[in-house]
Amino acid sequence: MQINLKLNGKLIKEEIADELLLIDFVRKHGCYSVKRGCETANCGLCTVFLDGKPVLSCSLLAARANGREVTTLEGLQEEAEEIGSFVANQGAEQCGFCNPGFMMNAIALFRENPDPTDEEILEYLSGNLCRCSGYEGQLRAMKNYIAWKKEKQEVGA
Amino acid sequence: MKVVNQPVMKKDAMSLVTGKPVFLDDVVPDNALVVKVKRSPYAHALIEEIKIDTALKVPGIEAIYTYKDVPDIRFTMAGQTYPEPSPYDRLILDQRVRFVGDAVAIVAGENEKAVEKALRLIKVKYQELEPVLDFHTAKDNPILVHPEDNWESKCPVGADNKRNLCASEVSGHGDIEAVLKDCDLVVEHTYHTKADQQAMMETFRTYTNMDAYGRLNIISSTQIVFHVRRIVATALGIPKSKVRVSKPRIGGGFGAKQTLVAEIYPAFVTWKTGKAAKMIFTREECQIASTPRHEMEVTVKVGADKDGRIRGIDMYTLSNTGAFGEHGPTTVGLSGHKAISLYGNLEAHHFAYDVVYTNHMSAGAYRGYGATQGIFAVESAVNELADRLGMDPVKLREKNMVRQGEVMPSYYNEVNASCALDRCMARAKEMMHWDEKFPARDMGNGKIRSVGVAMAMQGSGISGVDVGSATIKLNDEGFYVLRIGAADMGTGCDTILAQMAAECLSCGVEDVDVFGADTDGSPYDSGSYASSTTYVTGMAVVKACEKLKHNIIARAAQILDCPEEELEFDGKTVSGEKGRVPLADIATSSMCGNNIPMEVSESNSSPTSPPPFMVGMVEIELDKETGVVELLDYVAVVDCGTPVNPNLARVQTEGGLGQGIGMALYEDIQYNAKGKLWNNSFMQYKIPSRLDVGRLRVEFESSYEESGPFGAKSIGEIVINTPSPAIAHAVHNASGVWVRELPITPEKIWKGMQEKNED
Amino acid sequence: MLNIREYVKVQSLEEAYELNQKRTNKIIGGMLWMKMGDRNIQKAIDLSGLGLDQIEEEEEEFRIGCMTTLRELELHPGLDAYTGGALRESLRHIVGVQFRNLATVGGSIFGRFGFSDVLTLFLGLDTYVELYKGGIQPLSTFAWSKRDNDILVRLIVKKKPVRIVYQSLRLTRTDFPVLASAVVCLDGKWQAVIGARPQRALLVEDEEKILEGGLTEENIRKFVAYVTKKTPTGSNMRAGADYRSHLVEVQVRRALEEMRGETNAD
Repeated sequence: MQINLKLNGKLIKEEIADELLLIDFVRKHGCYSVKRGCETANCGLCTVFLDGKPVLSCSLLAARANGREVTTLEGLQEEAEEIGSFVANQGAEQCGFCNPGFMMNAIALFRENPDPTDEEILEYLSGNLCRCSGYEGQLRAMKNYIAWKKEKQEVGA
Repeated sequence: MKVVNQPVMKKDAMSLVTGKPVFLDDVVPDNALVVKVKRSPYAHALIEEIKIDTALKVPGIEAIYTYKDVPDIRFTMAGQTYPEPSPYDRLILDQRVRFVGDAVAIVAGENEKAVEKALRLIKVKYQELEPVLDFHTAKDNPILVHPEDNWESKCPVGADNKRNLCASEVSGHGDIEAVLKDCDLVVEHTYHTKADQQAMMETFRTYTNMDAYGRLNIISSTQIVFHVRRIVATALGIPKSKVRVSKPRIGGGFGAKQTLVAEIYPAFVTWKTGKAAKMIFTREECQIASTPRHEMEVTVKVGADKDGRIRGIDMYTLSNTGAFGEHGPTTVGLSGHKAISLYGNLEAHHFAYDVVYTNHMSAGAYRGYGATQGIFAVESAVNELADRLGMDPVKLREKNMVRQGEVMPSYYNEVNASCALDRCMARAKEMMHWDEKFPARDMGNGKIRSVGVAMAMQGSGISGVDVGSATIKLNDEGFYVLRIGAADMGTGCDTILAQMAAECLSCGVEDVDVFGADTDGSPYDSGSYASSTTYVTGMAVVKACEKLKHNIIARAAQILDCPEEELEFDGKTVSGEKGRVPLADIATSSMCGNNIPMEVSESNSSPTSPPPFMVGMVEIELDKETGVVELLDYVAVVDCGTPVNPNLARVQTEGGLGQGIGMALYEDIQYNAKGKLWNNSFMQYKIPSRLDVGRLRVEFESSYEESGPFGAKSIGEIVINTPSPAIAHAVHNASGVWVRELPITPEKIWKGMQEKNED
Repeated sequence: MLNIREYVKVQSLEEAYELNQKRTNKIIGGMLWMKMGDRNIQKAIDLSGLGLDQIEEEEEEFRIGCMTTLRELELHPGLDAYTGGALRESLRHIVGVQFRNLATVGGSIFGRFGFSDVLTLFLGLDTYVELYKGGIQPLSTFAWSKRDNDILVRLIVKKKPVRIVYQSLRLTRTDFPVLASAVVCLDGKWQAVIGARPQRALLVEDEEKILEGGLTEENIRKFVAYVTKKTPTGSNMRAGADYRSHLVEVQVRRALEEMRGETNAD
């Protein structure tokens, strides 16, 4: 079937197999940040935005993205660098394989809730598994980012 | 120290957090054949007939291989130094299948769809055999997992395939029976740990092609490029010169990738077809056909006097290596050596073990490597002893823990050269407010808060075996390239080793580029395992840099026409009375009319394996009615010698605690009666989410290890060892129940409380 | 592996219904559970173009389109207020935000999964399913009817006065429940729904009107015993039947005690 969608701001019109999963579609288009970590919708590594909402691209037919907007970390490099530098400053990226999905969902969190509590951070990101970090460094990074963001706003105001 | 002991950002950190394409499946060409394996539905069977003709006709199928097509050469997939202690018990494909998930056929085709279809169309007639599923009855069972005559054990590890024995040994010092008999109190219990999965986020994956020189080029997500080269060549029966192995960024390893898991299948396909091939394990394959922790049952006797002096430890470990023997003979040793040795001045110890074959998935190397299992047993037994003695378990340990300077008879008679275990305990106690919190407080709302404690140790590399090497080269404008064969799998060793090089060469980490690992381009390294890289390879880096520094000065001496002794190198300039030469000029001059090498290589091996030490303390809240445990606080104080990079050491610790907590509370391995594993996905094998680990607080109490680079020991493995015993202890302090089989589920606690109430 | 030959985004429910009569065609909800199975689907029928992803709040009822995601349910202020947070409590443990942004209420209910928190919660409310051909029927009837080829169009929740406490015990916080329960006082009538027994959720009504005499210690004890007796439990890899039955007791009692506490506080 033919689909028309916007991937990271770029219009794509393409003939695809009906059963193609969104993860395979975006990887084919060079969005290698999107990873497969499980086949059971548990790990969050394949997180992309569909019309701005974080979803699991491993479980979504590309066909369903027809007429919609798909965003991967490739399309959010500025935010990825901004938030990611706080993760990197903790060394909490470790192997890095879960990072893109985690970063995507962190961006989604901050868009929905710019000043989350620790509990809110943990709950919102609970669908992003990480086996290396024990999560503590990621939490420190998120808190440092929030503090920095606030400070920046105060200075700006 | 300017660079070492600093929280330097990992060299690849920004690439990783911004999702750059640096992992295997991001970087290899996409024209490779898709390789998959057909897997056995039976735990034990002989293939009577296997029909592939229909499957071969599926459009896009390139090749299908069965046991008839592979060399009759037995080998081991364990990434260990040759001759491997692990038995040579595998064929690439065998007529006998030994666990549910064992490889039956290899299929290669143009796309996944075709390969999946072909897999379904391969018709196999099996002769079902009775499996050995209970590891208690495996030894001397009439059913043999490896009856074959060409099974071979290359090292004297007490293996005997005609007894289902992968290894067996007895060791000790003193007269344990007499000592235990003379003790006021002997505590004896048996502890059971499961075959937990490393569950790194990136599954096993390998790409292979033939290079321009007709060599088999293997790119793999592996911790052990050199072992992969040797093992693949052995299995294929080809010269090692025909194989090259390299690794890209690795999405986590934890020991899983210290064994060949995916490599051999695409390698075989490429060698046969000449075409590029790629195999990516599914998560299900990772769960059912990989290389998890050895299931162990450890029986411990700890003898002590009433005053709390621990006098003797007797231990027997039964280890389940599953269908194949990878790391079977070696992991088991650590269950004793790295648990008993936590206690100094024992009058006697005795340690015996059997490692048995069964028709379960084979085990392998997983962070902690046997020590984790043994420490759960010994530390739990010591906590039970404290309980029986009515003594604070911290005081009991303060009285008995191994101290710096002591000889450790259960640790190859090594001297404990650097040890801050006592300071770790003191600090952990402070951080936890142990004295106020031990053992428990009833919160009055059906909840009870309690604390638990455990100590741990590990090694730093394999003494007298592991070899680490480093090559350092001075380049134009004065930047360096450090080539290593160690594998950064997210741990940050590229950065840590660059920090050491920068410290030696008085430059910044950014001035040192790191290359690795590639069997053609890297100097030899056993690989990144056994907590070896910082300690063993790190020292090679130091040696290489010292030598290069010497050569830099020598070249400057030529330029300045003065004796070397008059010159000093400050990282930027070599200077002396006769003048100064900037490093960049030395680099440039080295490329013109020069005979002094600006690239040097050094190797390092250590006769000792200095243990890092740590103390873990946990506070939990137990729901008295449901048995649900909530983790409130985990305190860990680690002595890894000098932490080369405090940030990375901290995150290593937190990550190890997270995995250890998973092992203690959540991760279960459950087989059905026919030997099929239920926990075959992340839906059914529950690694902790960020809501499941509580808060982790890590500090360091450093000793200084003279034999290590800048005083460093290891950190990678030890950090997984304390959660199981510490949490089991806290659970007991809250409920009165000792849970001696992992994971500690609410149901087990509840049942234990029920039984206690009935008593 | 899931194989899909054709994806059809239908223009009408009639079209979907007709396609769905063929055994090899399947309606896809969030596709999360379906994707994990090994099956061949001729036509994957997508209802997402039919405007069924809305929650309409009216005076008497909530009308929840089958394609509404669990995340939308979780964030709906009206439902949150109506259930006193119980709906959110039943949803927030389900895997993660990204999962709940895909999973649909129609898929969750139609699947009638034993582990379903969604089914457990809605069984406790005065909930009806609207089937394309079968019309409107109580969820409690639908939950135990055989799977057929009709289409679940929407869920209708009548706004009867309700007090509800939802609890679940999970081995990890985002795992399937070992046991889930909704203890409910709906328009004065007491009932308990026990989910993840591990079989599909069971509604136990207070037929003996035990609690109508008030939430006394004695009545609570009786009702707990009553529910426990009426609720068969089983064993699976997450827990055994004995432990589950014990949890039924604990959860139902705690819910009632919580409600009594609230009443006393009023």
